[in-house]
Order: sequence, then structure tokens, then C-alpha cells
Amino acid sequence: MDLQPSEDELAFRNEVRAFVRASLPASIREKSVAGRRLAKDDYVRWTRILAEKGWSVPHWPVEWGGTGWGPVKQSIFLDEVQRGNAPEAIAFGVSMVGPVIYTFGSQAQKERFLPRIADLSDWWCQGFSEPGAGSDLASLRTSARRDGDSWVISGQKTWTTMAQYADWIFVLARTNPQGKKQEGISFFLVDMKTPGVTVRPIQTIDGGHEVNEVFFDDVRVPLDAIVGEENKGWDYAKFLLTNERNGIARVGISKARLDRVRELAAISVYGSGPKMDDPFFRAKLASVEVELKALEMTQMRVISNLRKDGRPDPASSVLKIKGSEIQQATTELLMEVVGPYVLPYEDPEALTNEPPAGPDWAGPAAPNYFNYRKVTIYGGSNEIQRGIIAKAILGL
Amino acid sequence: MDFELSGEQQMLRDNVARLMKERYDFETRKAYQKEPAGFSDSLWREYAELGLLGAPFAEEDGGYGGGAVETMIVMEEFGKALALEPYLETVVLCGALIRHAASAEQRADLIGRIAAGDLRLSFAQMEPQSGYDLSDVGVTARRDGDAFVLDGAKGLVINGDSAGGLIVSARVAGGRRDRKGVGLFLVDGEAPGVSRRGYPTQDARRAAEISFANVRVEPQNVLGSPEDGAPAIERAVDETIAALSAEAVGAMSEALAMTVEYLKTRKQFGVTIGSFQALQHRASDMVVALEQARSMMFFATMSAGEDDADERAKAISAAKVQIGRSAKFIGEQAVQMHGGIAMTYEYKVGHLFKRLTMIDAAYGDADLHVRRLGDRGSLFV
Ligand SMILES: Cc1cc2nc3c(=O)[nH]c(=O)nc-3n(C[C@H](O)[C@H](O)[C@H](O)COP(=O)(O)OP(=O)(O)OC[C@H]3O[C@@H](n4cnc5c(N)ncnc54)[C@H](O)[C@@H]3O)c2cc1C
Repeated sequence: MDLQPSEDELAFRNEVRAFVRASLPASIREKSVAGRRLAKDDYVRWTRILAEKGWSVPHWPVEWGGTGWGPVKQSIFLDEVQRGNAPEAIAFGVSMVGPVIYTFGSQAQKERFLPRIADLSDWWCQGFSEPGAGSDLASLRTSARRDGDSWVISGQKTWTTMAQYADWIFVLARTNPQGKKQEGISFFLVDMKTPGVTVRPIQTIDGGHEVNEVFFDDVRVPLDAIVGEENKGWDYAKFLLTNERNGIARVGISKARLDRVRELAAISVYGSGPKMDDPFFRAKLASVEVELKALEMTQMRVISNLRKDGRPDPASSVLKIKGSEIQQATTELLMEVVGPYVLPYEDPEALTNEPPAGPDWAGPAAPNYFNYRKVTIYGGSNEIQRGIIAKAILGL
Repeated sequence: MDFELSGEQQMLRDNVARLMKERYDFETRKAYQKEPAGFSDSLWREYAELGLLGAPFAEEDGGYGGGAVETMIVMEEFGKALALEPYLETVVLCGALIRHAASAEQRADLIGRIAAGDLRLSFAQMEPQSGYDLSDVGVTARRDGDAFVLDGAKGLVINGDSAGGLIVSARVAGGRRDRKGVGLFLVDGEAPGVSRRGYPTQDARRAAEISFANVRVEPQNVLGSPEDGAPAIERAVDETIAALSAEAVGAMSEALAMTVEYLKTRKQFGVTIGSFQALQHRASDMVVALEQARSMMFFATMSAGEDDADERAKAISAAKVQIGRSAKFIGEQAVQMHGGIAMTYEYKVGHLFKRLTMIDAAYGDADLHVRRLGDRGSLFV
């Protein structure tokens, strides 16, 4: 056991930190720090900067643009990028469909899609959930039937994050209605411009537009739109969701938000002094930091024990539960720091130059608290994660 | 102690509940929200006809002789429906300021108009720097003969953009955070020198930033002693917090009812999700949280009329703590147990959650009141 980070790891951390500082455009950084929404262009711009450096898909195989870093370095990288307030990688491409394609896809699919994911030439979205299939994803009803040299897809997906920006969607659809429900599902890659694909926005409680319904009305796609084998889509989906859960602790993001809490607590003054002078508040902040430190160490332990067989590690459920709860706790602290001026509502979609009613840093606090209720719902809800721990870790 | 409602109180509850049921389903509410003032003008008339707007005022002042219990009954039903009308601002808060500070003559004039539905008021009390400190008043009231002249800025005035009249707390004497030296001044919302900037709030209501430049207030519009408004202000805010507790309990009970209904109908894995014990226990914890909150709503209601300011403040802080804690748990869990659907703007549960969040923030959140209570000493004297 050597609990100290190595010289090499420390040097690497400094290198990444310096790079983010020097390369992240100030306008993007400011929006991120403020907790305001980033535009599509912000994501594209930052991904191009990373791609130029060769860092846009560090965890991928080297032949497809990966860096060859071990898991510890990857985690240091992610932590520094997040803490530096850089935009998050669009997970649907780089962490979900990308790995599915390079693991299970055809050579032609790899060549066609992977380079365009790596520099965000293609924006992907995830067409898994349906109105009747959330936690119980395998009960999905969107269907695909073969007709000559095409597949014809019909059905409805929902909660599709950022489908309004997407060029492509990966879709789970039922190709065999018989037998066990997990065994009749296939994994499709669909161009959003295909006739019959319709995107309808869903407004979320914070007023924003980040999720959508996506309708498939006899959408005809070529035979090579399927990934891997027919009726094996569930296996690929499980593989994908494991990747999704690994990034989900989002330690760096919580660190960045706690930086923001400290920054604002020093300038948010009501009554006699800044919020930070209040010992009760400082104790609360410290408690969240303790949880986050523990999570960071847990994440390091999980990473260094990554299973060699590639099977999902149930400990990733621990990361999901704690990571999501801590993210929510940080949004609560921010609301408390902001104080009374959490109340005014600014339309996140409106383009106005009107100054806010309160301090200019107040506006995003409440919407982010509302919006972050999602993190314990999506990516396998925390109830589902507890079920996984009970079964897979405890054998109950 | 008797928690049974009297026949008349039961009738009041039934009337309000029926009106909400008929006129305040969630879709209709969306239309009310789009009206210019951000709420329904026509319902305000109906509240007047039902006698709600005069409920907590003495009969000799033109009211119907009710008290804190009647306010509690109305507010709980409003909470379930997420009613948008400024009942709390006009009838409860400004009503209390009038009851406790105004002269008999002023009461006769104002209460009659409020009860008839002709006058809506907002309390311009908070300021951009004040936080929840009621004594922190920077707006000045300068004497000019018998009259006063107001200058300065108020913030977060709920429904301040549409209110016909504003009751403004302003400093006649003393330093910015002195409890002494603050008076209450009634100002027409359209008076020269008043500028109002309205905006929507997180909980789908409206508020305003209001500035006062050389606004003249004649002596008949000064409410109570211009040097010593603090006791009336504190008392009115305590009564308002008691009423807010009832609104919160209404919203919590609605959130719980919707969640239970959803648990019984939503199917995943071939069964209703209410068959999962993890969710059953969570819903049971919501019941516990709701009942604790309801009890403190009663405690706040019975303490609202307490004359000993210190005892009253302790009781109100205690209620605000419990209400805030229960509201947070119930609001968050209602969203969690609904899954994705609760994250949509279309669906009522998210709005109940947001209103509950803003009720906790109003007049200081649970953490602030637990500190105040800790400073004041035991509840069990
Ligand atoms: C903001 C947001 C973005 C999303 N983005 C995407 C996306 O891009 N693509 C996509 O495909 N999906 C996306 N989702 C969907 C997300 O994955 C689902 O919301 C999630 O799987 C839960 O499903 P549900 O909403 O139908 O809730 P349900 O499955 O109906 O769950 C309702 C409640 O029941 C609980 N529950 C369910 N089963 C059990 C059980 N066995 N034991 C105990 N409790 C249980 C749940 O935890 C939850 O509390 C997104 C969701 C949100 C909110």
C-alpha cells in the first residue's frame, strides 16, 4: 500500500490544471462558475480545444484518439477539468455510444462515427427511456421491424437530454416481441434528420429546456444502423450504463461548486457581516466537504480496483448515490448563501439585457437547486442503486 | 384543547375547498398566472363575496370577526390549490399591520375596502441589504410639517407591482438597524415618486423592486406612531408566518396525496411502484413529517394572538423550523418518488415543491429560526 500520490501523478495534475487555466475561454468559464447554461457552441468550442491537445476522449483506445492513460490519471484529468469549470464532455457521445461502437460496432461504424464524436462534429443523444419504461427500461415498446433493406422504427422516447442539439440518437428498440423482454432488444444508430423523427421540447421545473420527447413515426433506417447483433441490445445497454455510472460521482463538479459557495459567502452580506462569518453556516459547509472528501477517496479506491473482467462494479452504485446527494447538497448551500434574492425568476431561455432584480450572482441558485433534483432520478435512480447494492454487494 | 372545527368553521372550510375544486384546477391556474397581475381578478371578487377578505377583522371595523383559526383554514385550502391571489399580503400581513397600528378611523376606511375586494395592499418592508432583519430599514421618512417624505428602495415586495396601496416601513429616527425609529406609511401604488419594477418569482407569483423619491405622505396615512412601528411589524410578521405554516401544510398534504396516488397507479417491473417497500416507508415518513408540521401549524395558530412578544416569537420560530424541515423533506421526496414526470413544468408536483421551497426561504429559513430559537431559550417554560 502506498497512499501517497506519485510524483508523476502530482506533475500530471499540475499539467492539466495549467492547461485548463490557459485554454478555457473566459466567457465559458464565467458562465460555468455563475451556474448559467452553456450554449451548444460553448461545448463545441471547448471540445475542439481538447481535441487539438489530444485530450477529448482520453479513455478511448489509442487508435481512436485515446491517451493510453491508466484509470488514476483519467480520474485526475476529469477532476481537474471539472474543478476548472470547463464544460462537461457530452457523455452521450464520448462515454456512452462511443465505447459501445468501438467495443461492439463494425469497422465501418467505427470509422464513420468515432472521429466525429471525438471532436463533437456529431452531437449524440440517448434514446432509452419511454413514458412506460423508466427504471424498468427493459419493458420498452419502441419497435423496429425489418422491411427489405431497411429497419422501420416506431414508438416514442422521452426525457431525451439535449435532443434539440443532436445530430444522431442511439435507440433501444424491440426487434423480437417474443420471449424474455431483455432478449428481444436491439441497439440502433439513427440520424436525427431521418424523415419521421420529431422532437418536442419538455420544459423542466426550473423553466429550462434540456429534455425532449422524441417520436419515431415509421422511421426507415438502413440495415447497417444496427450495432452488433440483433436482439443483443440489452447487453450493450448494460455495458453503456456502467460507463455512465462511473462518471457520475462528479467530484470535481462538486468541488467547483463549493469553491463558488465560498466565494459568494465572502461577499453575500446581510446584516452585520458576510455569510462566511456565521459559524453555523461554516459547520454545514464543512460537513459537506467531509462527505465530498470521503467520496473522492472512495472513488480512488474503486478506480484502483477496477475489475479486470470488465463487469460492472457494484461499488459504482455507492459513487452514484453519494455523488448525487452531495451535488444536491451543494446547490442547497448556494441557495442559502444567496439569501432572500433567490426569489426572482429569470427566464433561462430569454435573451434580455435587463439587469436582474438582485445581485447578478443570485439568479441561478434556486433553478439549479430545482434542476438538480434530477441527479437522484436519472442514471438509475438512487432507489434502483440501493437495490443493486442490496443484491450485488450484500447478496440479499 | 379542542381541535374540532366549529360548525361555522367547518362551513368556511367546505366553501373554500369547493371554490378551489371548481375554479382552481392546475390547468386553470396556468391561465390565472398569465393575467396581468399574475393572479385571477375575478376570483378576488369571489373571495370578497364569500367573506374571505374580511374574515380576520373585527365586526366593528367592517370585518366578520374571525381570527387566526379562520385564516389557517383559508390558507390551508389555498396551499393545496397553489392559489396565486395576494390573500396573505393583503388580508393577513397588511391586515395585521392595520389591526395593530392603525387608528379606528383608518381601520374603518381601509378594512371596509379590503373586505369588499376594492383594495389590495402589499407590505414594502424588505430592502436590498436587509435580509430577514425586520429592524434593518434604510428607507427614510423625513418630517415636512405634519407630513412625511419618503426616500429609498424596497425589494422583494410580493405582489408589489399590482397592489393598489403599499404599506411602507421607513426610518424616522435612529441608525439603520435600530429597532426604534421606524414608522409605517400608507402610499398609493401610483403616487408621484413611486417607481415599481415587477418581475415573476420562482414560485410563479410576482414581486417588485420599488423605489421612493420624494414621496409625500399626509398625516392621515401614517399608521400608528411613526417612531415606534416595530412591535406592530413584528406581530404582523409573526401572524403571517403562522398563516404561511397553514399554506405550507396545505401544499404538503397535496404533494403527499399526489404521490400516494402515483404510487398506486404507476407501474414498473409489472407492478405498481407502491408495492416496493422502500417507497412505502418513504411515504410513511412523509406522513410523519406532515403530521409534525400540522401540529406546529396549530401551535403557531394558537400562539399568533399571544401578547407576550418573546413567547410569541419563540413559538413562531419553532413552527417555522418544523414547517421548513417537513416542507423540504416532503417536497423533495414527492419529486423523487414521481421520477422524471415531476421534473416537468406541466405537472403540479414540481410547483408544490417550488412553493414549499420559497415558503421556507420567506421570513428566514429553518436554519435561521432554529438559531433564533436557540438564542431565546427553551420552549418549555
Ligand atoms: C432531467 C432528466 C434527464 C434525462 N435524460 C435522459 C436521456 O437523455 N435519455 C434517456 O433515455 N433517459 C433520460 N432520463 C430518464 C431517466 O433515466 C428516468 O427518469 C429514470 O430511469 C427513472 O424513470 P422514470 O422517470 O420513469 O421513473 P419510474 O421508474 O417510474 O420511478 C418512479 C419512482 O419509483 C422508484 N422505483 C422504481 N422502481 C423501483 C424499485 N424496483 N424499487 C424501489 N423504487 C423504485 C424510482 O426510484 C422513482 O423514485 C432523464 C431523466 C431526467 C429527469
